[in-house]
Amino acid sequence: MVRVVRTGQSAPAQFDLSKQSVSELNKFVHGHLEGVTEVRVENPDGAHSIAVAVDAPLRIEIGGNVGYFCAGLNKQATVMIDGNAGPGVAENMMSGRVEVAGFASGGAGASAHGGLLVIHGDAGLRCGISLKGADIVVGGDVGSFSAFMAQAGRIVICGNAAEGLGDSLYEAVVYVRGGIRSLGADAEVQPMGAEDTAAVTALLAAAGIGHPAREFKRVGSARKLYHWNVDANQEY
Amino acid sequence: MATQPLLQMPATPERLQREESALYDRQVLDYIERAAATGLYEIRGLGAKRRLPHFDDLVFLGASLSRYPLEGYREKCTTRTILGTRFARKPIELDIPITIAGMSFGSLSANVKEALGRAATSVGTSTTTGDGGMTLEERVSSKTLVYQCLPSRYGFNPDDLRRADAIEVVIGQGAKPGGGGMLLGQKVSARVAAMRTLPEGIDQRSACRHPDWTGPDDLAIKIKELREATDWEKPIYIKIGATRVFNDVKLCVHAGADVIVVDGMQGGTAATQLAFIEHVGIPTLAAVRQAVEALEELNMKDKVQLIVSGGIRTGADVAKALALGADAVAIGQGILMALGCNSDSYVQGGKHYSAEADYRRLMTAPGFCHHCHTGFCPVGVTTQDPVLEQRLEPEVGAKRVRNYLKTLNLELTTLARACGKQNVHHLEREDLVALTVEAAAMARLPLAGTRWVPGQP
Repeated sequence: MVRVVRTGQSAPAQFDLSKQSVSELNKFVHGHLEGVTEVRVENPDGAHSIAVAVDAPLRIEIGGNVGYFCAGLNKQATVMIDGNAGPGVAENMMSGRVEVAGFASGGAGASAHGGLLVIHGDAGLRCGISLKGADIVVGGDVGSFSAFMAQAGRIVICGNAAEGLGDSLYEAVVYVRGGIRSLGADAEVQPMGAEDTAAVTALLAAAGIGHPAREFKRVGSARKLYHWNVDANQEY
Repeated sequence: MATQPLLQMPATPERLQREESALYDRQVLDYIERAAATGLYEIRGLGAKRRLPHFDDLVFLGASLSRYPLEGYREKCTTRTILGTRFARKPIELDIPITIAGMSFGSLSANVKEALGRAATSVGTSTTTGDGGMTLEERVSSKTLVYQCLPSRYGFNPDDLRRADAIEVVIGQGAKPGGGGMLLGQKVSARVAAMRTLPEGIDQRSACRHPDWTGPDDLAIKIKELREATDWEKPIYIKIGATRVFNDVKLCVHAGADVIVVDGMQGGTAATQLAFIEHVGIPTLAAVRQAVEALEELNMKDKVQLIVSGGIRTGADVAKALALGADAVAIGQGILMALGCNSDSYVQGGKHYSAEADYRRLMTAPGFCHHCHTGFCPVGVTTQDPVLEQRLEPEVGAKRVRNYLKTLNLELTTLARACGKQNVHHLEREDLVALTVEAAAMARLPLAGTRWVPGQP
């Protein structure tokens, strides 16, 4: 497990979730921050909805495991989770950066429109489901049906992918370093171009994970499900 | 050169054999012929067309001697409706209990969405976004706008969430419980595609389950997230397609809903499989009763509000839904028809123009059209076509919808007064009886003129 290292900044706002509620924290990060640039959250103890719908260039460090939907709907903020994350981490993120030092459960980065989600451990089922433009880098493996119906954005998987990778993919692209147990409907392995190599290199650098881009395969949409009637014998 | 008949039939009076099969009637023959020709199921718009037990099968027992009526037009009869009193800091206050159902920009044109917002605002009610996000036009024109959170999450974002007045988590809709949305390529214009993050012109089939949660326990957590995201300010509705309504409504209460929307099988859609529209879900009449019973059993009636939709057309339908226990209704198809859906003409610059030729091009006629899915709506309602969409002028559309809603509200208060009620929410089950055994059984009301409620001793 990679430990999240705190950088610089003196006197971050402190929240202790063993004494304060998640609502107090969320209300604070939604409000007038008056010069606060860092928030430190202790004793998260698997609480749900920590730091959701933030819309400020904050750095939020969470010292432990989080429950469902941590950093959901995030805009601008950098959220560092020094532990594992429950389902739907960074769901519907618009921008910013969310980093999980440990493992992430199902639906990580679901429907995220922008920003970068980094998971240093493994991600569970449906990682990057319905992805709409965000980037996801997973240091370990991903579970079944990852990138299901992913519409836009990029997912870099440094380990293996389980069954049904990229089922019903639209324009999102998946890069996999390890094995793929099976591809989903309409997903295919495609040749890595120079742009793909550059993209993987840049995303890995942004995530702070060191693998050569040439070890990755590209999975994209065969686009056979885009049109209802493609092979149908239509009379009209 | 004339050809000789091969076989000379005996000269008996002509008598065509016309014994039609009830099992394989012309509709079924047409269906089989079509299936054999195309190898694809039929997709269409609007809702169930088959005859079902409905509000028409109920009548009010107006006041006479045992209770007295209020003077129509004179005595007070309020229609004010408050939704979302359970947890939200800012409940929704409406002047009338008739709301506009969720319909997407994509299925409808931007002009239509604007017209709906204007109409809703002018009569003091709410309108609702749909599968495709919130347009600026509808936000600006709607005083009270309900923002849907759907499985596809197309265009879903925190800024619009904060701009909304209420949030509706859509689990399903009456036209297709268990199915996802559908928008065929003709309607996926550049703007629609950009809002949904999809390639332009593809046949879009959206997910039927939410991407980040499954099951009622997860939904409870999801709803808390939405409340946290909006600092517990906005009411949260849960919309379900009517199937196992009794259990689903209880689960919605458990999940933390402020308001539950129950959409019966007559509810419309912009496009889905015919098999879904006609064969999945239960009628609205049965759904209302089950929903109300579930709320009563949990002692949540009036704490969690109930909105009923699916085939609400008239003021009488509204009054009956309220009498059965709904707090408000939502209307989709009726609103589209008020805008001109299935009308033989459209209005441009104050003049009526015939749309018949365009119906013919769709191989249909005014009164029979359900071709919303094609995007070639002859009256400019369910289209993204730059020419066709001009056929619905927002001012004209807003006026028609306003008139329609006003009419429904007048009928509603007329019926309420006739039943002696100063508040439309005082209408009650005791005011109703059923005309058919089916309706009596589904609504658990006595058959008219009897004390018999099917299923009760």
